[in-house]
Amino acid sequence: MNTPDATITEEFEIIPDRITDRRRRIGKWLMRGFFALFVGIFLIQSSYALGFTDFGFENWRPVLYGYLAWGVALGAGQVITRGEPGYRALFVLPAVLFVISVVIVPMLFGLAIAFTDYNLASFEGQKFNGFDNLVQLVQDDFFWNAMRNMVFYVAAVFVEYAIAFGLALLLNADIKARKFFRVAFLLPFMLSPVAVSWMIGKSLMENRFGPVARLARNLGWESPAFFTDPWIARLSIELMDAWVSIPFIMILLLAGLQAMPKDVIEAAKVDGANSWQNFWKITFPLMLPVSATAIVLRIIFKLKLADIVINVTSGGPGGATDTLSSFIFREYRDRSNVGYGTMIAIVYLITIIIFITLLLGFISKRMQKMT
Amino acid sequence: MSIQTTEIEYAEHNETRFRMVRIFGRLIIYGLLFFWVFISLFPIFWTLTTSFKTAVDVTQGNIIPWVEFEPNWKGWRSLGLSPDSIWETSTVREEFLKRFANSIITSVGASSLAILIGSLAAYGLSRFQYRFGFMRNSDISFFFLSQLILPPVVLALPFLILYKELALLDTTLGLIFLYTLTVLPIVIWIMRDQFDTIPMELDEAAQVDGLSSWGAFFRVILPIALPGMVAAFILSLILTWNEYFFAALLTSSEAKTLPVMVASQTGSQGINWWSMAALSTAAILPLVIIGIALEKYIIKGMSAGSVK
Repeated sequence: MNTPDATITEEFEIIPDRITDRRRRIGKWLMRGFFALFVGIFLIQSSYALGFTDFGFENWRPVLYGYLAWGVALGAGQVITRGEPGYRALFVLPAVLFVISVVIVPMLFGLAIAFTDYNLASFEGQKFNGFDNLVQLVQDDFFWNAMRNMVFYVAAVFVEYAIAFGLALLLNADIKARKFFRVAFLLPFMLSPVAVSWMIGKSLMENRFGPVARLARNLGWESPAFFTDPWIARLSIELMDAWVSIPFIMILLLAGLQAMPKDVIEAAKVDGANSWQNFWKITFPLMLPVSATAIVLRIIFKLKLADIVINVTSGGPGGATDTLSSFIFREYRDRSNVGYGTMIAIVYLITIIIFITLLLGFISKRMQKMT
Repeated sequence: MSIQTTEIEYAEHNETRFRMVRIFGRLIIYGLLFFWVFISLFPIFWTLTTSFKTAVDVTQGNIIPWVEFEPNWKGWRSLGLSPDSIWETSTVREEFLKRFANSIITSVGASSLAILIGSLAAYGLSRFQYRFGFMRNSDISFFFLSQLILPPVVLALPFLILYKELALLDTTLGLIFLYTLTVLPIVIWIMRDQFDTIPMELDEAAQVDGLSSWGAFFRVILPIALPGMVAAFILSLILTWNEYFFAALLTSSEAKTLPVMVASQTGSQGINWWSMAALSTAAILPLVIIGIALEKYIIKGMSAGSVK
């Protein structure tokens, strides 16, 4: 992430618009007015929802419109009060407002419901229950089980990486019909995990008629079952997820291989090093930055793994294949336990943030040592 | 010079051995390549062919069409999409087409919205200096990119309740907002990389010609950045087309997308393989076609910013 240097602003000569005091006042009042409108609608609706007043709207939609109107007024106000810098602010303003409304607001809201016993199936409505959810979570074996499974799934990223590296090397070799191979290797990435769940999990790996089961029988496995033994089930899920996502790592690594300085490799060849030594002494170290990017991105995506688990095993047998996401999904689907589910999700998010921060810190430290 | 001579001598001495090793190496490379082609394509081939099978073919495990079994339209007929049933009314087909249309509207809508606000933000961050409280450009970029690590579950349940209050539950619009959020970091990542490669001189020249910053963006920079936008758009399309988690939680009857429909069918027991295979084929086919036709852009989008 390189930042454009500070000189950029100076390079552009901003011709200051003549902004009169009157213009500035109009802009300010425009922004204030619409903000007041938005807050007003919000207050009216919340007091109505809380039962303080009889006057209100059917649902909270008007608050959304109020927010949108305020957003537009804010953009217009920027231009009116500040001229050219205002125009520039308009570039990022929509994205910022959008992310705030769909991330920050729901997150705060989520934090609030994480400390309640919110259950969609109960009629009594929710009430604050302090740290009960957190206590329940610490004692919940299924939560810790899902966490352990995540460790396995994340560790498996390194195996995926090794295979993807091999494939990238193959594609980068001097071969004919490279485009065909590239397209064929890429295709699994395009497929919906839900379709893959059926294609592989429920038909190819089906115990009686699936070709994989047939092959296993021919190889001497008496009654193949891919989703009954905990470890085999976990491996099968990982296999499917790997099948979908290895192309992703492979493409990143291939881009890295193609960007590698050719003369270095030529020089090594002249030195008489064989290709094995070549790889470990030159290619692999040069590929470390790209590898780190690929692995981190892949781990981030892996931590969201849910679709395949939900659709193939729904976490079974006995939670052996559960990921955190699929566990929370069931917590909501089967028990409508929104309050507790949200608490697990938030604890999970905090864990992820800590883990990713540590990982990035570790990587940048290692990178500095290398160079 | 001397190196070449030694090489030639070496080659002469070991010519046959050298050739053997070379051929052997080639064999291994192509062997591995075709092995992985098999791994990648067999499940797709299997799904496609199974949609033309009958019960007997499934239980006997016939694999090769026309050799081991005679293709049959049964699976597609159950979807109302076989040649003989396509003109008849079919509730399954109606249901399928509705889900298909929902998937197209949500994925195209979300990708377009993400491209629109993502490109603007990426351009702003690549060209101008912002100060928003303590946040500088790098902080704002990080703020956007950090959304990538947010797992869907964290937002799913709060959104369920929020959308209920906002009357956005089970609406395409509600789904579009969420999907936009999930791809926005990726779009900003790709587009920033794209804009950073376009020299600033072009912006300056445009402004000297009397264009405003927005004029320069739309008239000069955007056309150059178009390939990057296409790449980002297609990548968003793939991710949103395949999204299941939010769709499963937030839609029920109206806005249900194709993955949810596929998933609801897999849940039902009894091996109706041919119709499942036909449904899966129909669900993956659009992306398989896009993947083959626009592979260049997908790879461009995926590898953006990873190599500096």
